[in-house]
Amino acid sequence: MAENNNKNSITNIKIEVKELNFYYGQVNALKNINLSFIAKHVTAIIGPSGCGKSTFLRTLNRMHELYPDQRIEGKAILDGKDIFEMDAMELRSKIGMVFQRPNPFSKSIFENVAFGPRIRGERNSNKLSEIVESSLIKAGLWDEVKEKLKASAYELSGGQQQRLCIARALAVNPEVLLFDEPTSALDPIATAKIEELIVELKKIVTIIIVTHNMQQAARISDNTVFMMLGEIIESGSTDKIFTAPNEKLTEDYITGRFG
Amino acid sequence: MANKILYQLVKRPGDSTMVLLTFIATLIIMAILTVILTTIGIFGAPHVSLDFLIKAPEEGMTEGGIYPAIIGTTLLVITMSIMGLPVGLITAVFLHEYAGEKSKLANIVRFAVNNLAGVPAIVYGIFGLSFFVFFLGTQIDSLFYGGNLKWGKPALIWASCTMALLTLPVVIVSVEEALRTVTRDEREAAYALGATHWEVVHRVVIPKALGGILTGGILAVSRGAGEVAPVLFTGAAYFLPELPRSFSDQFMEMGYHIFVMSTQSHDIDATKPIQFATTLVLLLLTFSLNFVAVLMRRRIRITRR
Repeated sequence: MAENNNKNSITNIKIEVKELNFYYGQVNALKNINLSFIAKHVTAIIGPSGCGKSTFLRTLNRMHELYPDQRIEGKAILDGKDIFEMDAMELRSKIGMVFQRPNPFSKSIFENVAFGPRIRGERNSNKLSEIVESSLIKAGLWDEVKEKLKASAYELSGGQQQRLCIARALAVNPEVLLFDEPTSALDPIATAKIEELIVELKKIVTIIIVTHNMQQAARISDNTVFMMLGEIIESGSTDKIFTAPNEKLTEDYITGRFG
Repeated sequence: MANKILYQLVKRPGDSTMVLLTFIATLIIMAILTVILTTIGIFGAPHVSLDFLIKAPEEGMTEGGIYPAIIGTTLLVITMSIMGLPVGLITAVFLHEYAGEKSKLANIVRFAVNNLAGVPAIVYGIFGLSFFVFFLGTQIDSLFYGGNLKWGKPALIWASCTMALLTLPVVIVSVEEALRTVTRDEREAAYALGATHWEVVHRVVIPKALGGILTGGILAVSRGAGEVAPVLFTGAAYFLPELPRSFSDQFMEMGYHIFVMSTQSHDIDATKPIQFATTLVLLLLTFSLNFVAVLMRRRIRITRR
């Protein structure tokens, strides 16, 4: 029985990061990251500002490649394939991303969600409508917008815009969703809705969320990674990290002795 | 109100003097504009009629209308837009979306564009004459027309080319400005969905910047529409009773027509009412172009809120 569990947890690793180093020009911003993300779990990455948690998240779907002077060494294996050797466009359709500030396109609500399927070549309008509806339902936004799919996405509130961005990311059927401080620009009620949604979404996707809000990490994540100065200090189950961390630094950070 | 201003003047002389100076400067600008517009309006409006708009000049330009000049200017504006706007748009997209920040080529192009913007219009005119008319036109004639004169003379096409060159820097600068308004956030959102560079540019960046691109384009064109110097030697005719039938024909142009009437006509005084009326029509044409640009910007701002 125990052996069986063990085997399961090994096969359930969705992304395995090995010896990852990241450089901004000459600066070594991520040092020797070794980490596994378990499929259909929520993993929270916490740490003080500038610790490299967002940088790390952005290497997982290779957003760093959009900018000059940023490079990586090491590997990150997604289902047996190295992320850094895959086609970037294909990778990004498997690993979606939701950003810090809601960033809908200046298009209608419908077109925002249909964007991903469209660039994959989906032209059938019935199919597109289906995808848009199911994505909006998954993102818990359908009931609020079903009457005004043609309206501009900018007419929505900040929290609704962020859920629209989640629906947009879901529309291409990603296997992993990266959240980069998704609630830092939202009020508490909108934040609560996004948090509920994340917990709901882990049934269908693997979630990695960067947050500076420790209560948020404690509330929604299964596993937590604590980073500082570009290094992983400690990682493990959220319960363990928040109640009995191994490292003194983790304890100090979590109890608010520094931040 | 007056008391309050006086009180402030005594209490904070430096501050109030500045306010007063800026107020006076604004007043001067408004006054100049008002004087110019009312003069043109008062002297020009009585002469503008349907006949004036649809008749050719008669009796050595002292009678009749400006129909050929209106059509000529319109053709010129359309042709130069078709030639200049796409080039400007593509250049700006290259500069802002494809060339990296440190690209040497992009910086050379930007340097050239900024310098082109400062070149006087008459220099464009001379360049157009020597390059397009004498060089390009004559070459085409000797290659395809056995040396017969067809393209190697001032023509609508060469005037449009010259005008397109003149407006190019303005188009490039304003389109680049419009592209700059599309935030990094929106671009990253598209990349994160697996979009290629080109998909990001043509599905996200250009649609978002479209308002700015169109406004910039229209403003550049309306600026060009009022210029005379570039078409002086490259295509505008002193007087033509007929409309141009081909791109190799010469044409009448409103700005040039005003210039001709006020300096070359045999009876300058007799053409005065027509000069004012033509100026009024030309102003209305450029104003309406600007007005369309303003409307477009506002419309897009409302839908994007």
